[in-house]
Amino acid sequence: MTDATLPFVPPLDSYGESYLDDGHTVMSWLTTTDHKRIAILYALSITVFFFIGGIAIGMVRLELISPTGLFLTSDEYNRLFTMHGIIMVWFFLVPSIPATMGNFILPMMIGAPDVAFPRLNLMSWYLYVGGAAFTVYVLFSGGVDTGWTFYPPFSSQYSHSDVIGAAAGVFVVGFSSIATGINFLATIHMLRCPGMTWFRLPLFAWSMYVVSFVMVLATPVLAMSLLLISAERYFGLPIFDPSAGGDPLLFQHLFWFYSHPAVYIMILPAMGVVSEVFACFARRRVFGYAFMVYSMMTIGVIGFMVWGHHMFVAGQSQLANLVFSFLSFIVAVPSAIKVFNWTGTLYRGHIGFEAPMIYALGFLGLFTIGGLTGLFLASVPIDIATTDSYFVVAHFHTIMVGGSVSAFMAGIHYWWPKITGKLYNEFWAQFAAITMFLGFNVTFLPQFIMGWLGMPRRYHYYPAVFQVWHVLSSGGAVILATAYLMPLVYLTWSLFYGEKAGDNPWHATGLEWQTPSPPPRTNFLRPPRVDVDPYDYHDFGRSAETGDEAQARPQGEPT
Amino acid sequence: MSDTAGALQHPWPNLRLQREGVGLGMWLFLASEVLFFGALFVGFAVYRSFNEDAFRIAGAHTEIVYGSINTALLLTSSLTMTVALRAATTNMRDLTLVCLAVTAALGVAFLICKGLEYREDLKEHLFPGPHFPLSPPATQMFWGFYWIMTAIHAVHLTGGIAVVTVVFVLFKRRIIPVQGSTMEGVAIYWHFVDSVWLVLYPLIYLAGRS
Repeated sequence: MTDATLPFVPPLDSYGESYLDDGHTVMSWLTTTDHKRIAILYALSITVFFFIGGIAIGMVRLELISPTGLFLTSDEYNRLFTMHGIIMVWFFLVPSIPATMGNFILPMMIGAPDVAFPRLNLMSWYLYVGGAAFTVYVLFSGGVDTGWTFYPPFSSQYSHSDVIGAAAGVFVVGFSSIATGINFLATIHMLRCPGMTWFRLPLFAWSMYVVSFVMVLATPVLAMSLLLISAERYFGLPIFDPSAGGDPLLFQHLFWFYSHPAVYIMILPAMGVVSEVFACFARRRVFGYAFMVYSMMTIGVIGFMVWGHHMFVAGQSQLANLVFSFLSFIVAVPSAIKVFNWTGTLYRGHIGFEAPMIYALGFLGLFTIGGLTGLFLASVPIDIATTDSYFVVAHFHTIMVGGSVSAFMAGIHYWWPKITGKLYNEFWAQFAAITMFLGFNVTFLPQFIMGWLGMPRRYHYYPAVFQVWHVLSSGGAVILATAYLMPLVYLTWSLFYGEKAGDNPWHATGLEWQTPSPPPRTNFLRPPRVDVDPYDYHDFGRSAETGDEAQARPQGEPT
Repeated sequence: MSDTAGALQHPWPNLRLQREGVGLGMWLFLASEVLFFGALFVGFAVYRSFNEDAFRIAGAHTEIVYGSINTALLLTSSLTMTVALRAATTNMRDLTLVCLAVTAALGVAFLICKGLEYREDLKEHLFPGPHFPLSPPATQMFWGFYWIMTAIHAVHLTGGIAVVTVVFVLFKRRIIPVQGSTMEGVAIYWHFVDSVWLVLYPLIYLAGRS
């Protein structure tokens, strides 16, 4: 047995030609195995679903201006917030950063010509489209009204909406994230360029590594739990039916065994993105790099052991409540280490307020608020008092929207020049970033307050005393929506009229910046090699007077 | 002797690394599959601990003859798959092809046998519903799990047979060389489906007869 050993040599005709020029037909995009093009396919599809999910919740917020409703029946109201949840969680947030920026940037960051399994990568996008097709079908067949959590016995026996269709959509899209996870893990393990040792990986690559593990190990449990309620609903198998000895609580255990780690699927990539952005725009080495890595791993591992805190009032034993409460407090420790280290990175940094940095700073504040309110909810007595209230809604939106979406926007702006080769309009981007931060807070701070005062979530009608908070929140939602629409305009504008970006407009150190923008098909003109640790911006602190840009040392260079 | 032309895929630098990568990818996929079946087995274990007597009564009505024949068929198929993999790595092309064909045939035999068993079960109305013959009610739970577990296993096996067939054709027509990285992944997957059955067999057929 012999092995053919070929050194990596990109084909000659790819020199200098960007991935965007590698075929201009629609088919060249739909059949591509280029990770960069697949990232763009993903970005376009999740943007569509982001706005569908946004329209659904926009109608809900409009309805909630009045305590007795404006224009929806209660049944329609239930379907709207359910579709919002399903679409935002599985069709936007879970794939958001990994499938777009992870797909595009990760291989470049570690000096690889592509992901490990390019065809599997394309298949994962088609799986996404397949799941999306089910979901669009459900939208037109009247929606689903179980809440995004699909709890039985309502979902399995009583709901009159298309539960199986919605479950099928989520089931299928789950396999697209498993495929992405497997691909990233194999890529990071096998395809790092020479010199790129594990502890020279940029933190974004580490976040992709950890999140891939969570995707691969958590998603199948969700798939099985959806399969079981579908079997009960369609075939009448009494899996969660108490009259045949079944236990609806078992579904909650299985569901949250996925859906709590899913929160980390949404937030870990965000942590990776802002780590890159903070280092670049504070011109500072990331403070406590090794701690950042270990804390992400700890979050990934402990994240698997805290699911029971969603079930404090569901009839779990007191002992289980105690253990899950304790572990939920523990998971705050690595999260707090990360906040501390980001702050440490900023300290004495030469901070620039470019748009990605504003988004990332917004992330930092909102993630802290979301994390601290999470501690309230990890405590059993407080959680019992606030269960199913707007306090919980505001808490997890602060993490997922305030945290993940801010970081998503930070990443889009940060890597936009690399992806498209064009510069966006800095003023409008800064304006949108600030608007988003303000809009977010106007939307969700009232929800914290009214939740604390006792306003339950998912209620269509409510006591008039809460109206002022609901009106404030709906007003904030309008600001937030504006902030989300603005990038569509100025980013699209930049595609046609934007200035050429150049290879490295931010003077960043990552390997992805040491190649033309937009990059060639095989990412690098010559295979790169890495000589130093990431984030070699300054040894210590502010030094504008000594020529800031000149001091940023690239992590590696093409050989 | 080497026959690896066309085996190296983008973006791998060499075939050794590619083979390792395919193995790693397949193991990761199986880790995912373990959690998939794990959720099912946890459910089964929880309900069995709640309804021990009902599960024993229900388990005694399974068709152990079919179950045992199927165990023998699958174990044998794993043997032929192992031979196919060894033959492929040493580039014994004909032996690889023969073993792949036998493996797929054993898989099909399993499915046929399973179908006959299903027919017997349905003849006895052992599908949960209003005319279910056993009591207490929790016996329906056992049979609910029986249908789901065996059906999901059969779907996995069908997938395996399809993959083995496709790979057989690709090898036969020399579209991909047997020495590439393909066999690695196929073999690992096949053994996994086999080992899931080794968990199902005692759960379904033996536990009710102890």
